[in-house]
Amino acid sequence: MVVATATPILALAAGLALWGLRGSISYFYTPAQAMKAHVSPGRAIQLGGLVRVGSVTKRADGEVDFVIADRLASSPVSYRGDLPDLFREGQGVVAIGAYDRDGRFVASNILAKHDERYMPRELTKALKSQGEWRGGGAAPSYDRKAGPL
Amino acid sequence: MTAELGQFALVLALCLSLAQAALSFAGRARNDRGLAGAGQGAALAAFLAVAIAFGCLIHAFMTSDFSVSNVAANSHTEKPLIYKIAGAWGSHEGSILLWCFILTAYGALLACSRGLPSGLKALTVAVQGSLGTLFIGYMVFASDPLLRLANPPVEGRSLNPLLQDPALAAHPPFLYAGYVGFSVVFSLAVAALIEGRVDSAWARWVRPWTLAAWSLLTVGITLGAFWAYYELGWGGWWFWDPVENASLMPWLAGTALLHSAVVTEKRGALAAWTAFLGLCAFTLSMLGAFLVRSGVLTSVHAFAIDEKRGVLLLCILALAAGGGFGLFAWRAPRLKDQSVFAPVSRESALVVNNIILSAVTTTVLTGTLWPLVLLAFGKQGGVGAPYFNLVVGVLMTLAFLILPVAPFLAWKRGDALGALRRLSFAAAAAFGVGLLVLLLTSPRKGLAALSVAVGAWLAAGAVTEMLVRVRAFQAPWPEVGRRLSGLPRGTWGMSLAHLGLGVFAMGAAFETAWRVESAEVLTAGGGLSLGAYHLTLDGVSEAPGPNYDAERGVISVVDRSGHPVCTARPERRTYDTGGQTTTQVAICPKALDDIYIVLGERRIAPGGGSSWLVRAYWNRWAHLLLLGPLLMAIGGALSLSDRRLRLAPGRRRTPAAVLAPAE
Repeated sequence: MVVATATPILALAAGLALWGLRGSISYFYTPAQAMKAHVSPGRAIQLGGLVRVGSVTKRADGEVDFVIADRLASSPVSYRGDLPDLFREGQGVVAIGAYDRDGRFVASNILAKHDERYMPRELTKALKSQGEWRGGGAAPSYDRKAGPL
Repeated sequence: MTAELGQFALVLALCLSLAQAALSFAGRARNDRGLAGAGQGAALAAFLAVAIAFGCLIHAFMTSDFSVSNVAANSHTEKPLIYKIAGAWGSHEGSILLWCFILTAYGALLACSRGLPSGLKALTVAVQGSLGTLFIGYMVFASDPLLRLANPPVEGRSLNPLLQDPALAAHPPFLYAGYVGFSVVFSLAVAALIEGRVDSAWARWVRPWTLAAWSLLTVGITLGAFWAYYELGWGGWWFWDPVENASLMPWLAGTALLHSAVVTEKRGALAAWTAFLGLCAFTLSMLGAFLVRSGVLTSVHAFAIDEKRGVLLLCILALAAGGGFGLFAWRAPRLKDQSVFAPVSRESALVVNNIILSAVTTTVLTGTLWPLVLLAFGKQGGVGAPYFNLVVGVLMTLAFLILPVAPFLAWKRGDALGALRRLSFAAAAAFGVGLLVLLLTSPRKGLAALSVAVGAWLAAGAVTEMLVRVRAFQAPWPEVGRRLSGLPRGTWGMSLAHLGLGVFAMGAAFETAWRVESAEVLTAGGGLSLGAYHLTLDGVSEAPGPNYDAERGVISVVDRSGHPVCTARPERRTYDTGGQTTTQVAICPKALDDIYIVLGERRIAPGGGSSWLVRAYWNRWAHLLLLGPLLMAIGGALSLSDRRLRLAPGRRRTPAAVLAPAE
């Protein structure tokens, strides 16, 4: 009796999960990786890199344009909304959204950080592999012994 | 001196926990009450030692002793006192100390509890001591909360300003009290598996601990969601972020456990399954702590992250959970379970509840850990909210449809038709609510209206259940009154919790479907329309605070007919230390709704003047999202205060023992 009830419910759950996963996975790319993978316009992805210094323009209509770059490539990004409190030029950022047909990345969300010492793991890894990582965001020296908090 | 005292107390606590485990195990193995008693004494002493260490850390924070590394990194002399105290659990080291404090507190409570058979109790105290040894050991060897600095700084680096908030100061203690409360259930399950007896008496002992942990976890999660709602300024309350899922999974497993323990208690069935859930609930709690603290998954809620410590936490998790589940695999086949279920009965309904809740837990776990699966294939990525909304939404709707019927079914053999007949009023009410929502809201959304109706079905079902129990509208009123006062609190608790779930479901469905958002760059005097309201930015002024400077906007809100609703004062704060800025959301409560306003950063308008991006949300029925979980937690607390639970099964037999003839 338990098996008879469990089977359809678990089958439903598995089916829903597989179907849901197919449409909801967003892969992480740096601009260079995205270029290499030929990410098609409209596909939801996470784009990570450093905000190029001097590239941020805040337009009067509320839209913000900036450039996310890694060592090999860069992508123009536009975002409508308020930037997270810890968004800075020259610092790491992850934008969630999709490329449009002109190759501009339209972000629906900029991954907000609660803490200036925090860096998304994907980004650290991608930048380290390019030799770009300079260890920014580490805690100052006096609490080094206690490790990054 | 206090820091050294605290460190000493921690090492002492480690030894005492070890002694607690060893003495209690030995006490059980030799059937020696003296040894078992010594184990209980060690449990109390371990709690005292950890409490002293915790007191030392709080003292160091209150006196701003920056020679302690933890204080230097997380406090500041200008911080208000309450956040100095809350800073004690704001860091990784501090939060682990809080975890151990609560773990040993539960251990002490367990040692003082009565009614458990002495053998089972000794084993439970022993397992709890082993868990304590693992976590206190981790703290002593890898995460010293009271580490001294050779060259103390003059001023601390302050607690992250986002965390300086009353709801967040209270969030970790409640959340951890919930997480760690499941450790007792874990210990009870392991002890029962060693003893080879999982029966209805055992389920009766498990219930109060589960209820306490579940209620506290409910409060903890709600506080966290509430904080994210008004502090982050994103207008939402749940983002299906790994850190949030980490707290939801033990809650789901705990909910399943509450229900399966009832079946084990009343019918002696599902014994192995209940023990399994007991192991799962705490394992998922530990997994949550690991996910949050190791940074293995990318979260919007950044935490103190350290990959090396993450590995250590993973080892603890593997050791504790591996031990528990290994024991289960070995012993569970021997547990007897001879009950036969009729297809229509309360126990069958509870089994369906358990299957659905386990399916939900598993799918949430899959979605949360999927990035690791991707990583194994050399890709990086995440799973978005649509997955969780789809899977959890569909499965929980299924559970919600069955839920109101279950309390009307009798044990062993239920009468489905009779139950449905009694619920006809609730069904009509739900249908009416759904229809009203469909007709009165714009834009018209059929599926969302249906979801609201399902929530109403739950709530109306719970109310019907209470009315039927007291025979309201059927019996004369004095009898209704007598029945009302005679109902056990556990019954009230159950109905209240189900009512709360219904209220929450209605709020979640309505808020998600009909939230209105609007954003505009405004100069002083500019306006913005938000659904039925109109907002005007009257001006922005400087507003200095105790440890920050702020820009404060004055925004007047009027409704369609021009009547003033409220004046909102959202702020944008820049903290003196660290230079971090935060947004302080202004919320105008209006009946069940919130008008939620965020002031963005200053921009230079084309004319040369200043302008601000103002974002506003009309979060409809948002208050139900807070009210629902509150009702659930109150329901849990009410059940916990039930006399039937407090009278442990062992003691109920005492009158019989007294009546037995003396030899």
